[in-house]
Amino acid sequence: MDMALAPETLARWQFGITTVYHFLFVPLTISLAALTAGLQTAWVRTEKEKYLRATKFWGKLFLINIAMGVVTGIVQEFQFGMNWSDYSRFVGDVFGAPLAFEALIAFFFESTFIGLWIFGWDKLPKKIHLACIWMVSLGTLLSAYFILAANSWMQHPVGYRINEEKGRAELTDFWAVLTQNTTLNQVFHSFSAAFLTGGAFMVGIAAFHLMRKKHIPVMRTSLRLGLVTLAVGGILTAVSGDTLGKVMYEQQPMKMAAAEALWDGEEPAPFSVFAYGDVDEGHNKVALEIPGLLSFLAHSDFDSYVPGINDTNKALQEQFGPGDYKPIVPVAYWGFRWMIGFGMASFSLGLLGLWLTRKRFLLPDALRTGEDEVPHLVLLRKPLGTRLSRMYWLLALWTMAFPLIANSWGWIFTEMGRQPWVVYGVMQTRDAVSPGVSTAEVITSMSVFTLLYAILAVIEVKLLAKYVKAGPPELTEADLNPPTKIGGDLRDADKPMAFSY
Amino acid sequence: MELHDVWFVLIAVLWTGYFFLEGFDFGVGVLTRLLARNRAEKRVLINTIGPVWDGNEVWLLTAGGATFAAFPEWYATLFSGFYLPLLAILVCLIVRGVAFEYRVKRSEERWQRNWETAIFWTSLIPAFLWGVAFGNIVRGVKIDRDLEYVGSVWDLLNPYALLGGLVTLTLFTFHGTVFTALKTVGEIRERARTLALRVGVVTAVLVLAFLLWTQFASGDGKSLVALVVAVAALVVALSATQAGREGWAFALSGVTIVATVAMFFLTLFPNVMPSTLDADWSLTVTNASSSPYTLKIMTWLAAVATPLVLLYQGWTYWVFRKRIGTQHIAEPAH
Repeated sequence: MDMALAPETLARWQFGITTVYHFLFVPLTISLAALTAGLQTAWVRTEKEKYLRATKFWGKLFLINIAMGVVTGIVQEFQFGMNWSDYSRFVGDVFGAPLAFEALIAFFFESTFIGLWIFGWDKLPKKIHLACIWMVSLGTLLSAYFILAANSWMQHPVGYRINEEKGRAELTDFWAVLTQNTTLNQVFHSFSAAFLTGGAFMVGIAAFHLMRKKHIPVMRTSLRLGLVTLAVGGILTAVSGDTLGKVMYEQQPMKMAAAEALWDGEEPAPFSVFAYGDVDEGHNKVALEIPGLLSFLAHSDFDSYVPGINDTNKALQEQFGPGDYKPIVPVAYWGFRWMIGFGMASFSLGLLGLWLTRKRFLLPDALRTGEDEVPHLVLLRKPLGTRLSRMYWLLALWTMAFPLIANSWGWIFTEMGRQPWVVYGVMQTRDAVSPGVSTAEVITSMSVFTLLYAILAVIEVKLLAKYVKAGPPELTEADLNPPTKIGGDLRDADKPMAFSY
Repeated sequence: MELHDVWFVLIAVLWTGYFFLEGFDFGVGVLTRLLARNRAEKRVLINTIGPVWDGNEVWLLTAGGATFAAFPEWYATLFSGFYLPLLAILVCLIVRGVAFEYRVKRSEERWQRNWETAIFWTSLIPAFLWGVAFGNIVRGVKIDRDLEYVGSVWDLLNPYALLGGLVTLTLFTFHGTVFTALKTVGEIRERARTLALRVGVVTAVLVLAFLLWTQFASGDGKSLVALVVAVAALVVALSATQAGREGWAFALSGVTIVATVAMFFLTLFPNVMPSTLDADWSLTVTNASSSPYTLKIMTWLAAVATPLVLLYQGWTYWVFRKRIGTQHIAEPAH
């Protein structure tokens, strides 16, 4: 059959589309849940109104976002069975467990407490209401942890044995699956990238309002929180990316060789800045390189040997039999670069912002601003001019989606870089698809999901834009006087709900 | 009782939880057309389930995840076999979740009306399709020696399964109607009670017919007990509704759901998906289940987490115990 219409190709496209789409919402959900919870904590502790307004503002954007995250996640739970039934049969004994943990522990947390949080403003005393959003946040983190443990098992299977008689992988050590270094590093990397994403989102939106001198007290606080989150998230993303990379050099040398388009092993190995090559011939025609840097990224020294694509392919052929064990090299190579490039661009902008808006450190007294003033952007000793300031705000606004691009490429890189394996060294992707599902069925579901997701994307973005522009809401009497009893004030039987669908 | 039998029971429990809980919120979705006379009433209906529908839906995700972990073969055959109906259900659940959350976020008439239409259809279609799916599971489908489903989508639309679909649709609608009577105040509550009687009678006839069919096709002594409980609870639920005992009516319509699901699983056991081509090719609790080690871990998980979930979900219902009427609906700030 034509490869383009092979069930494997279509199933992979569908998985790619639905998963990348789902993951646009995941990191924002993770970080905004925690950031909203942090702001609400500040409100409960200080009773400063700006924190409550910020909580309501970011909370609303968070809700618009998590709604999409939750519903697109439903597909993820079932599509292994739909399109990948042979995969499910072969690995269900191992792979199913973290998914069940995710559902029974994390999803229930998230979904139950989010209901309590949305509708609980006039039903719960404020500390209990605050605890609800923290439970949601905990739920998002646990959910990500379990699913990353499952994915890490596909990257680097541990704690299992092959049952020849039943023809499947069986779990022997669940603890190993949950705590292997691939899992821990992927979790570290994904969590920090999630906060980088949320930080950039917050900075972009705060910049939009500050540029127009609107909602200043709330947006000043948000800008600060966003910048710090972005900078800390950025540093941790870089650090964890480096350690995860080193782990991958040990566990999947092919993926990392492809990430560098390093065709033949070198000692010391250079880091590729740009390459254009001939994939069939297996070499680069143009290559711009930094000597020794790749050796350092792989093994922390500047002169060790790093194996290339061709060597690794040969080694894998000896280990697993004849075949081509190369991923699509340009995708891995460029995916790796877009991931790092877009993520670090955002991070740099955050660092710059942190410096420009510094409060005391090396800032002349005259330039310090009050709660209701837009902070000066101070490069050295003088504030930036109107045009440059505006440029920074605009840059922050227009790059707020950069981490989303970085996240998407990160996943495309790590999943496509593992090919032809679905479970590295254990099962190839072409053996994983559902044999009973027809091409027409896959095409149907892929088209339906793609169309539906496209429509929902337009709706979601427009809604976000509307609520971003509207700014933080004015507070009402009820907001400032939360109930003291669970269930709210039952005396006034006809009092309208604080929020209703 | 071996661990795979325990897990057969636990999967049944998860589906029961799902149908009990999301059953009434599907029903409430259907009522937005059947009962509500204006937008304010629609909003009352939607808000009776507002804080809880999302948590209810997690029972489905858990049933899915637990089936994957405890019975990988069942998970694989079921979801690859029932591909298109499952696709329809997923699309509905996606749109439905977004509809609840987004409907109120804009004040334009067309925007709100469209999401309301969506809520109706995306509640009605899954309520029907789940019955079709379970009808087919109980009846058996074409499964070959590799445990693959080899029938077509049209094979799934047989009379027995379609009747199953009507049963879940009406039963969930009835369940939703008594839930509405229990959770609302004012005129809508009175009308919910009247409607519950009418829907209840239709439901009772369909449930009786479907369960008798099931009993004659593949029942035994135990399933007969479930049948009797299901039908008796439904009849008593009707008289409780008539007597204005809304709490009892709701609990009893819940019992009908529990007993109906119990009957499905009792007639299935020890199969999980019987093959109509050759009994040897059926998926059973033994040939479809995971290894003892995985089942042991899963059992620990279930033993610790399930009571907790019931506890805090129950608490949510208690927090939002107050009845609501049109006077409680807040005008959204735009």
